[in-house]
Amino acid sequence: MSNEKMTILIDGVAVEATEGQTILQAAADAGIYIPRLCNHKDLLPGGHCRICTVKINGRPGSSCTFPVADGLVIENDTDELNAMRRAIVEMLFVEGNHYCPSCEASGNCELQALGYRLGMINPEYPYQEPKNEIDATHDDVYIDRDRCVLCGRCARASVQLDGKRVFGFDGRGLGTRIAVNSPDGLGGTNLSVDDRAATICPTGCLRVKGQGPDIPVGQRAYDSTPIGSDIERKQTVKQAT
Amino acid sequence: MAVEQQRDIISQVAEEFGRSPARLLDVARGVHARLGHLSEESIGFIAEALGLERVRVRDTISFYHFFARQPRGRSTVYLCNAVVERMKGADAVAKAFEEATGVKMGETTPDNAISLAYTACIGLSDQAPSALVNGIPLTNLTPADVPMIVETLRKGEDVSSLPQAKVKKNLLKRGDIVFGAMDPGAAIRKALALSPVELINEMSVSRLRGRGGAGFPTSMKWSFCRTAKGEAHYVVCNADEGEPGTFKDRVILTECPDLLFEGMTVAGYAIGAKKGFLYLRAEYEYMLARLETVLARRRDAGLLGTNILGKGFDFDIRIQVGGGAYVCGEESALIESLEGKRGAPRDRPPFPVQKGYRNQPTSVNNVETLCCAARIVEKGGAWFSAFGYEDSKGTKALSISGDCERPGVYEVEYGMTLQDMLDMVGARNVQAIQFGGPSGQCIAPDGFGRRLDFDDLATGGSVIIFGEDRDLLEYMRQFTEFFTEESCGWCAPCRVGTTLLLKGLEKILEGSGTKSDLEALKKLGATVKAMSRCGLGQTAANPILTTMENFPGLYEARLSKDEFIPSFDLAKALEEGCAVTGRNPDLEEKHA
Amino acid sequence: MAKPKVATGHFTGCFGCHMSLLDIDERIIDLVELVEFDKSPINDIKRFSGPVDIGIVEGGVSNDENVEFLKQFRENCRILIAMGACALNGGVPSMRNTVPLKECLEEAFLNGPTVHGGVIPNDPDIPNLLDRVYPVHEVVKVDYALPGCPPSADTLWAALTALLSGEEPGLPYELVKYD
Repeated sequence: MSNEKMTILIDGVAVEATEGQTILQAAADAGIYIPRLCNHKDLLPGGHCRICTVKINGRPGSSCTFPVADGLVIENDTDELNAMRRAIVEMLFVEGNHYCPSCEASGNCELQALGYRLGMINPEYPYQEPKNEIDATHDDVYIDRDRCVLCGRCARASVQLDGKRVFGFDGRGLGTRIAVNSPDGLGGTNLSVDDRAATICPTGCLRVKGQGPDIPVGQRAYDSTPIGSDIERKQTVKQAT
Repeated sequence: MAVEQQRDIISQVAEEFGRSPARLLDVARGVHARLGHLSEESIGFIAEALGLERVRVRDTISFYHFFARQPRGRSTVYLCNAVVERMKGADAVAKAFEEATGVKMGETTPDNAISLAYTACIGLSDQAPSALVNGIPLTNLTPADVPMIVETLRKGEDVSSLPQAKVKKNLLKRGDIVFGAMDPGAAIRKALALSPVELINEMSVSRLRGRGGAGFPTSMKWSFCRTAKGEAHYVVCNADEGEPGTFKDRVILTECPDLLFEGMTVAGYAIGAKKGFLYLRAEYEYMLARLETVLARRRDAGLLGTNILGKGFDFDIRIQVGGGAYVCGEESALIESLEGKRGAPRDRPPFPVQKGYRNQPTSVNNVETLCCAARIVEKGGAWFSAFGYEDSKGTKALSISGDCERPGVYEVEYGMTLQDMLDMVGARNVQAIQFGGPSGQCIAPDGFGRRLDFDDLATGGSVIIFGEDRDLLEYMRQFTEFFTEESCGWCAPCRVGTTLLLKGLEKILEGSGTKSDLEALKKLGATVKAMSRCGLGQTAANPILTTMENFPGLYEARLSKDEFIPSFDLAKALEEGCAVTGRNPDLEEKHA
Repeated sequence: MAKPKVATGHFTGCFGCHMSLLDIDERIIDLVELVEFDKSPINDIKRFSGPVDIGIVEGGVSNDENVEFLKQFRENCRILIAMGACALNGGVPSMRNTVPLKECLEEAFLNGPTVHGGVIPNDPDIPNLLDRVYPVHEVVKVDYALPGCPPSADTLWAALTALLSGEEPGLPYELVKYD
């Protein structure tokens, strides 16, 4: 891959990018946060959540998959896009059964954090209240499908980082569910608690057993700083130098 | 069946397809045909036979509509419940099936003879109501036909001898391009006398644009594909016409398969491909044997295979039958399916012409586009571009159905007005035209002066006519429901948004929608359109959005004047609890 | 000028939101200076004395009595605020929503491991259960929602004081929590 430099324009700001990067990566390197959920820096993009959708030369596209090209004009932090991103977060909340008060991931959950950042008070859409299976067959890890957002991170991590294929999807449409590589549940797979897949879930769906909410309220990841602050902090540093 | 026997059968089927993981869809189809369904055990054996992980097999097979996961009856009736079918009485036919079998739609008779199921459009809207029974199409069904059909199935007899097992061609207007006379080999002989670049130039002269509806210039697609670097190039013909109300490919595939295969061969020569695939929708499997015969005949005639016409050009075609998924009509989803995976679309870029089948440059073209391409090579680009209108050259095969006297396939020149179209098919007192199927637009009479034209009314060819007495919004509800069932589930805005659109519309149709509900629905539609990953989600709100725009009065008439109407219904909410406790719900009871 | 009237109500939940309201500590003295409490569990006034300015309700809607009281709140309150996770989305009580009510009752009163000779309660004095636990906004129109389980005392204080001074109760980042 060549290292050809190019410039893209994000919300009117010129950003240097390298060939082969995605818009989302180039933005992050420049300290610009594009909201995202299914994306993870160590994984190939999945394009599931669409929260990272930006306007690329006027047309919507997912910034996690779209390669940079010199002169691209990107709209990111606009009221229109943020409202639509919030709508997707709300959809994910009503699609599953997300009981934040009783969830171990609360405070460190990326879905919740996106809700906070994008200004969701409460979903406007009707709750779908699906019936889901909990899989507690594995000694160290459980799946609570009520909290699944079908981001596919676990499935990608298992293949791309762990060299296994523990997870996949089952069904289609609203009936899609995360599936495991055994008829006997997660316990029948070769998942190890040390696998990256075991801890890469953005919500409380795939969790290591025996870990309660051990960080005091107020000190959790997103209690006082919005998700994406780490990326935006880089911009402050840059501007200071 | 003994487990070992099951394993042997699956092993045999896998062997037929070279135990290739890429042929998972074929293996699953083969196993399904032999064992009747794909059980958890079968999934394990298929995984074993192909050297795949079980979850990978499940990921694929659980995606497709026609793969049953639970045992079913020896025969399955797939009654089509697409919009036109229901306009023409499919509901009454469903009821007749339920009465004749004693079970509900979605169930199997206790003697395991018959399963009843619904399915989306099967490409027979011009002879609705219709059904696929064990893969065989039955047409123009009436409730009176049903007892005989059920009796035949109970006896375990073949339905193909029944009088309803007849697909009429209904080709009511032949143009010169798609349905003109055909001399097999004519286009290939001309093509091989040209260089690939010259051939693509001829496409450029013709100004042919993709007939699937998007209207991308074919010459550009081929040119991009030809120059893209790769280990191999591929031609894929998209014969997955799933847009409700479309059936023109059914007629092309029966009427002029030679022209189509000729077009694929010409495309292969142009882009430098040695291999082509015809992706045939599962609903059209009944045409497979005949298409294979045509391919064999062409191989014998030296028009396919190695050293075609002695000119040193190798090209062959394989037919891939799908598993039942509307989204596979989207080219990148089709490619995924062709690779033996679930038909989830890909993000673009890269486009298939850069990275398509097996990540190699691939040109995916519509059936009709390839027919046009063959004709262009045969008769010349200039000849072709003399047909049509402005930037829309040539003819278009339209599938016209609904409230008209003569539903069928019509090959017409671009530029025809909608009013002329209605006159052509004998449609009077028309309330609306659903142009381009549910993913297209719903047009009111004040738009009937508009023309068939890529730059105004692009279409894959589905034209559904609604007479003035039809409850238009009810059909928009059915279209929306169709999208909820066909959303692939990969991306959130489409997966969840389509269902929310349906619920939002239903609230209004029930009379409990307010002005703010209507506004919210519009906003939701815009979100699903902008944020979805592929064309399915991007168009799923069209039935709602285009009727909101063109028929605002229909919505206003249903709105409540109240500021707020709860979705909550106390009487309904109390039913279940009172049934358990045996108490009467006292809706007026005052606790205070 | 008469002080604005505030009423608070409680449906299906744990009363934690009301506890949180009391958690504003000494600011409660300021609050009673600012407002007059009408119907509320805090003062044990059972009935509305008349129309009030602000109604704050806690809890989801799980039975016919909840519905009736919630409707009273809507009728009597100029502004209605849903307070806390249960009011906003059913909260923890709504975890029963994915299980049919019949199964819930049978498990609780007939088949549970600790039940012997049980009956499903059917006394006419107890409210009839609804099929699921509804968020308040599905039953009546709600003007503002304050998330949290419970919303913190600071959240409640910020929202109330904003409303009392005629502003929109916008909350800063740290005060919006779903848990």
